[in-house]
Amino acid sequence: MHKKIYQLLLAIIGSIGTLTTWAQDSTSNSKVAMADAMRSNGKIYVVIAVLLIILFGLFLYVIRLDKKISRLEKENKDS
Amino acid sequence: MLRKNWWKILSVVLLSYTFVWGFLGDVPHKPILNETIRNLYFHVAMWFCMMIFFIISVIYSVKYLRTGNHLNDIYALEYGKAGILFGLLGLVTGSIWARYTWGAFWNNDPKQLGAAIALLIYFAYLVLRNSITDLDKQARIGAVYNIFAFAMLFPTIWIIPRMVESLHPGGMGGNNTFNNIDARMRIVFWPAAVPGWALLGVWITNLRIRLKILQEKKLNNA
Repeated sequence: MHKKIYQLLLAIIGSIGTLTTWAQDSTSNSKVAMADAMRSNGKIYVVIAVLLIILFGLFLYVIRLDKKISRLEKENKDS
Repeated sequence: MLRKNWWKILSVVLLSYTFVWGFLGDVPHKPILNETIRNLYFHVAMWFCMMIFFIISVIYSVKYLRTGNHLNDIYALEYGKAGILFGLLGLVTGSIWARYTWGAFWNNDPKQLGAAIALLIYFAYLVLRNSITDLDKQARIGAVYNIFAFAMLFPTIWIIPRMVESLHPGGMGGNNTFNNIDARMRIVFWPAAVPGWALLGVWITNLRIRLKILQEKKLNNA
């Protein structure tokens, strides 16, 4: 089961590349200052990459904790 | 249900979507707010999760009082702690957001004050519990206090901030930013941000509950 979660994480990281083509259209009609420059030269993806790494790091941490507690519960049942 | 894994996978998927589309998706262009409008997916979601966890907590407290089953007390305590965690995160993130839109980290806005009071009331829940050594009394008094704390959420964060002028949306006059959440933002906020964060919180709480049950088993065996 946990292997599936790992695979999923990999798949999502892989799909970030394909997302880059979607997000180029939304920068017209802006008198209000938005991070358009960040988007037009693509660097918003740097932020997303950083955030996803943090998010997945936390997920991996929780998954490992989950496994450890599951193992403890199993041992507890056996004894 | 909680021993299964599908909802953990769902949490990973929803939060990944929130983090990617939360930044790539288009948002309304508004003065003062600028790109910080995206905080909706993070700051506001924290408060929704806090409310969800406090609701779950009070349900288990009532269950404990009705049945006397100690397990219900563990659930109530751990969900209460999760609510406090998300509330604190909401307070801190809101403070940063306020600095760059309203001009100061703390504005004595009615909703800020109300949220701070509500959290203090919940801190007292933990203090009260730990001040009682008798385990049954601890659980019983804790459960009764938890119901009081939950009831206090309504005036502090739901009613009073709406009756007076507030910098937050929802008060009298002024801020109408999120009166009607833009459709482009709604598709991230409701289906992904709120349930995604909530499921992550449930996951962490679930681990804490299982750990606590293991600890108590060990104590009973010793």
